[in-house]
Amino acid sequence: MDAKKQNELCRQACMIRKVLLETIHNAGSGHIGGSMSIAEILSVLYFNRMNVDPKDPDKIDRDRLVLSKGHCSPAMYATLALKGFFPMEHLKTFRKIDSDLSGHVEIHVPGVDMSAGSLGQGLSVALGMAMFAKAKGYGNNVYAIMGDGEIQEGQIWEAAMAAGFYHVNNLIAFVDNNGLQLDGRLSEVMDPNPIDEKFRAFGWNAVVVDGHDVAAIDDALEQAYQCKDKPTAIVCRTIKGKGVSVFEDQVRFHGGQPTDEEWKTAFAEIEAQLAKWEA
Amino acid sequence: MGENISTRVAYGKALAKYGENENIYVFDADLKKCTMTEYFEERFPERFFNIGIAEANMVDIGAGFATCGATALVHTFAIFAAGRVYDQVRNSVCYPNLNVKVVGSHAGLTVGEDGATHQALEDISLMRTLPNMTVIVPCDSYETEMAVKAMLEQKGPCYLRTGRPNLECVTDTFDGYHFEIGKGAQLVDGSDVTIIACGLMVQEALKAVDLLKAEGISARMIDLHTIKPIDREIIVKAAKETGAIVTAEEHNVYGGLGSAVAEVVVKECLVPMEFVGVEDTFGHSGAPFDLLKHFGLTAENIALKAKKAIARK
Repeated sequence: MDAKKQNELCRQACMIRKVLLETIHNAGSGHIGGSMSIAEILSVLYFNRMNVDPKDPDKIDRDRLVLSKGHCSPAMYATLALKGFFPMEHLKTFRKIDSDLSGHVEIHVPGVDMSAGSLGQGLSVALGMAMFAKAKGYGNNVYAIMGDGEIQEGQIWEAAMAAGFYHVNNLIAFVDNNGLQLDGRLSEVMDPNPIDEKFRAFGWNAVVVDGHDVAAIDDALEQAYQCKDKPTAIVCRTIKGKGVSVFEDQVRFHGGQPTDEEWKTAFAEIEAQLAKWEA
Repeated sequence: MGENISTRVAYGKALAKYGENENIYVFDADLKKCTMTEYFEERFPERFFNIGIAEANMVDIGAGFATCGATALVHTFAIFAAGRVYDQVRNSVCYPNLNVKVVGSHAGLTVGEDGATHQALEDISLMRTLPNMTVIVPCDSYETEMAVKAMLEQKGPCYLRTGRPNLECVTDTFDGYHFEIGKGAQLVDGSDVTIIACGLMVQEALKAVDLLKAEGISARMIDLHTIKPIDREIIVKAAKETGAIVTAEEHNVYGGLGSAVAEVVVKECLVPMEFVGVEDTFGHSGAPFDLLKHFGLTAENIALKAKKAIARK
C-alpha cells in the first residue's frame, strides 16, 4: 500500500472515531470502547476493499458485512454515513425513539446487512451469506466482525467448524482482540486465547495483525483473497477505546459514559490527530 | 385419498414435491432421516446442507441465506427448534423479519418412548409470542402438503409443527375443505358446542363429535391449523352460534391453541370454554397412543369437557 493510500485510510479511521464519538455524545449512551477499536478495520473494508455502492445498497452480488458485536453500532453507523449510505445529520437520531438507528445494528438501516445484538450469532449469519454467494456463483466476499469476548459463545465454534468443513473461502472473519469485556479483562473472566490456533484447528487460514495498522489489515485481506480453500480469520490486536488517552484499555468505557471533562479531552485529541492526517 | 402417514413424512414428501424453486435452500441438523428432509436432498442435493448437531448455527446460516433473498428452511425436532434455539429464531429470524421457515418435527407427547426431554409441549406457545411469526400445526398428510405449498408461497418467518406417528388422513374427505394460512377449516357443523383442535387432536375431535351425537348433542368441529395469525372470524362465529367452546391440542394447556382461542373469546364474544391438553406437566416415556390416553388427550375427554362447557352456558 502506498503512503498516500495509507494516510487516507488512517484519516478515514480517525473520522470514524470523531463521528462515532459525536454520535454517542449526542445520544448520551452507547458503546465507546469496542467502537473505537474497530475503526481501522472498518476504514480498510469500506474505503479500500468492499464492493458496496451507497446508491444501490441492495445489489445482490455486493460484498456483505455482519457486525456480530452489534453493540458497536456507533462505529458502523459512522462508517456508513461517511460512505454516503445516509446523511450525516441522521446520526443525531441515534438511540432516539423515532429513529431506525437503534442501540444495536439493525438490518433496515441502509448499508447494514444484518441485525445483531445477541452475541455469537453473526459468524453463522455471515457463513450463510457466504455459502449462498458460492452456491449462486456471485463471487462476492462476506465479512464478519466479532469481539474477542464474544467468541466465548459456543455458537462461534459451531460456525467455525462448518465454515472449515464446507471450505467457505469467501468468508473472512475479524476478531477485535482488545482484551477487555464488560466484566473485566478476558484473561481474568474467560480467556479464549490462543485465538488464531483455535481457528486453524477448525480448518481456517488464520493471521494475527496489529489491528490499528491499516497496511497490515489490508495485507491480511490480500492473503485471505488468495486462499482458495479455507475461510480466513484475521485476529486484530487492538486497544479498546483506541485514539483517546483517557478511554484506552479502560473497562468502564465498554458501555459507560465519560464525564464532561473526559469528553473535552476526547474531542481535542481526535481533532489533533485529524489535523495531522489532513496535513 | 390422502395417505395414512405421519405429518413429518408427509412434510418430507411435500417439500421434495414443491421444492423446485431454485431459491429454496434446506438445512438439517443431523436429523434428515427423522425430519424427512432426505427426500428433498435426494431430488435437490445442491440445495441441501447438513449442518451437523449445531441447531443454533443452522438457524443463523438459514438467516444469512434469507438476507440474500433465499427461502431458507431449517429442520430439527420441535423441542430444539422452539426451545434450544429460541434466541436465534427470535433475534436472527423474527426481528429482521426474514424468510426462514422453522420446521419442528416429533412434536408433542407422541414422540413416545424417547420421553420427556424430547416431548415439545410448549413450542406453540413460544413460537406464537414472536412478532412476525406464522404458526401452523397440520393434522394429517393432506393438510401438511397443502401447508407446505402455502408456506413456500408466503414470505416471512414461519413455524411448522409436525409429528411422528402415522395418522388417519381426514381433511381430504370433507367436501369444500380448502387450506389457507390464517383460516380455520370447519369440518363439521353443529349448534350446541364447538370443538376447536389442531394437529392429531383433530382426529380425536372428530371422534368426539360422534360420541356427542350419540348422546343427542350437536357439536361443531373446527380444524384450526393456523395458530397465528388466528382466525378470529371463525372463532367468534362459533362462540355466537354454539355458545360454548372446547379446545384440544397435543401441548401444554398454557400458551398454545387453547390460550390463543381464549384470547379471542374473552375479548370478542365471551362464552364458557374448556381445555383439553397436557395439564402443565412434563411427559414421560411410553407408547405414543398410551401417552395420549394417560394425559387425557382423547375423544372421550373432549366429549366430557364439551358437556362441561355446555353445562356452564
